Amino acid sequence: MPVIQAQNLTKKFGDFTAVDGISFEVAPGESFGLLGPNGAGKSTTMRMIGGTSLRTSGSLTVLGLDPEERGPEVRASLGVVPQQDSLDEELRARDNLIVYGRYFGLPRAYLETKADELLEFAQLTEKAKAKVNALSGGMKRRLTIARGLVNEPRILLLDEPTTGLDPQARHILWDRLFRLKEQGVTLVITTHFMDEAEQLCDRLVVIDHGKIVAEGSPQALIREYSTREVVEVRFGSARNAAMEAELRGMAERIEVLPDRILLYARDGEGLLEQISRRGLNPLTSLVRRSSLEDVFLRLTGRSLID
Amino acid sequence: MTDVRHEQPVVTFTGLDHAALAARTRRWGWLHYARYRQASEGPFLVTALMLAIGNPILYLAAMGLGLGSIVQADVSGVSYLHFVAPGLLVATVATTGAQFGTWPIFGGFKWIRNYLAAQATPLEPGQMAQGETLAIGVRLFVQAAIFWVIGLAFGAWPGGWSLLAIPIATVAALAMFTPLMAYSATLEEEGLHFNFVQRLIIMPMFLFAGTFFPLESMPIYLQWVGWVSPMWHGTQLARMASFGLAVPPWLVGVHVVFLLACIVGGQVWAHRTFTRRLVR
Repeated sequence: MPVIQAQNLTKKFGDFTAVDGISFEVAPGESFGLLGPNGAGKSTTMRMIGGTSLRTSGSLTVLGLDPEERGPEVRASLGVVPQQDSLDEELRARDNLIVYGRYFGLPRAYLETKADELLEFAQLTEKAKAKVNALSGGMKRRLTIARGLVNEPRILLLDEPTTGLDPQARHILWDRLFRLKEQGVTLVITTHFMDEAEQLCDRLVVIDHGKIVAEGSPQALIREYSTREVVEVRFGSARNAAMEAELRGMAERIEVLPDRILLYARDGEGLLEQISRRGLNPLTSLVRRSSLEDVFLRLTGRSLID
Repeated sequence: MTDVRHEQPVVTFTGLDHAALAARTRRWGWLHYARYRQASEGPFLVTALMLAIGNPILYLAAMGLGLGSIVQADVSGVSYLHFVAPGLLVATVATTGAQFGTWPIFGGFKWIRNYLAAQATPLEPGQMAQGETLAIGVRLFVQAAIFWVIGLAFGAWPGGWSLLAIPIATVAALAMFTPLMAYSATLEEEGLHFNFVQRLIIMPMFLFAGTFFPLESMPIYLQWVGWVSPMWHGTQLARMASFGLAVPPWLVGVHVVFLLACIVGGQVWAHRTFTRRLVR
């Protein structure tokens, strides 16, 4: 039985439709992603799952319960990592976990043990007594994740978990999330980072303007909506558009971006050779595998991060 | 040579009964929130204590001894110090209560984001507002008690019944606190709202609370400002308790009902504004 079931889920704020009739299911133990640009309706969907945003229409059950009617019951089983940290900056790292655990009605003896375990998990044992305002961005994020685990949640909701972190901090965080996934925790992740979605998600939906435009595993989506490889060439911003005519027909598909041209082909190296044989000498060129970025571009005609 | 082993930290799952947790929070969430509020005041304890001790000393010295030395006549049948002390106690604690209802609440939504953190747990918005009132109530009670003890050193209390001024001041302060808490939860941007509140609501309520002189000595067309001020109602009750100010029984009823109505009305309103702010 799915742990989350959404049917035609819709949320309007006045005239603006933030979430426009989306349907999806999340299976227990699955790592499920909501991928889309800022303002696509991802966070609103997350809030509806926690029962802190009221849907305009459609149906939604979380662990078999309607979060609007049984908010406290649903949230008792959820771990929430909000987009913007909401740690108490004046309290010590460890006290943040304990205070938060108290909101769940967890006994102090349980929390004393749990807090130490979670600090260890988040690699923050040495910072246990540090005030939160003395922690780095990556540490705060890990502490927020540790806090979200204090009630042994069945589902962990992560809203843009690594936005604003440097690459090293992101990798540490992904590693922790991967371990949780291995332990069978259901993860629901919103992100506008392709690499994050590819790393963490078993399955994802691509959301644009509040609607689901595609659904599947990262590999399946790439197979379905893109070619195996991509050639990126740059002729300088003034010439990119003019070169399009020359290149057209050489690749299965072509996308002209302001700063570069993307050519989609099964054999990227072969295509690049062909280009140089024709005497079209790009300033820079790069052959890479297709990613979810390409899927998104194909589906919406826009790149994900403007 | 020793093996290097990378310990894999894991999160243990002990099989918590989530349904039981939810039930406990539904029942006791307000108390859990109040405890947080108290813990969050921890880092500011010394400052708060210094204010709670310094304030009464300054006020009693300036008003009781300073102003009192030129007010030779009895006021309401007692010395000026005995007259002014219950008023100062109520006014000081109630002003603190009003302050707790403004910036700290607004900041909880905007900067500290403690309400947003709590919102992700089984706690419900109304319980947060209840927890605030409980924690602030305890805090104001302690402040009132400190004031009373310091008043002893000044000889400000004619008798033991003046102890009742402590709970009375707490109630008057909460009557200021809960409506302001409800209002503060509606503000999205800081703007000048609190300047307005401070200068056009709290300040007149203080000036017309009959703290320094009996409200009846004002022209009748100005007395209404005092009538709508929880500080005045609290002050009258505190004076009754402290030196036996003569108040007709029906008016005692009005004082008590007015204060309780402010607290309950403010709390009900806060329940609504907290919910509207957090669940959209």
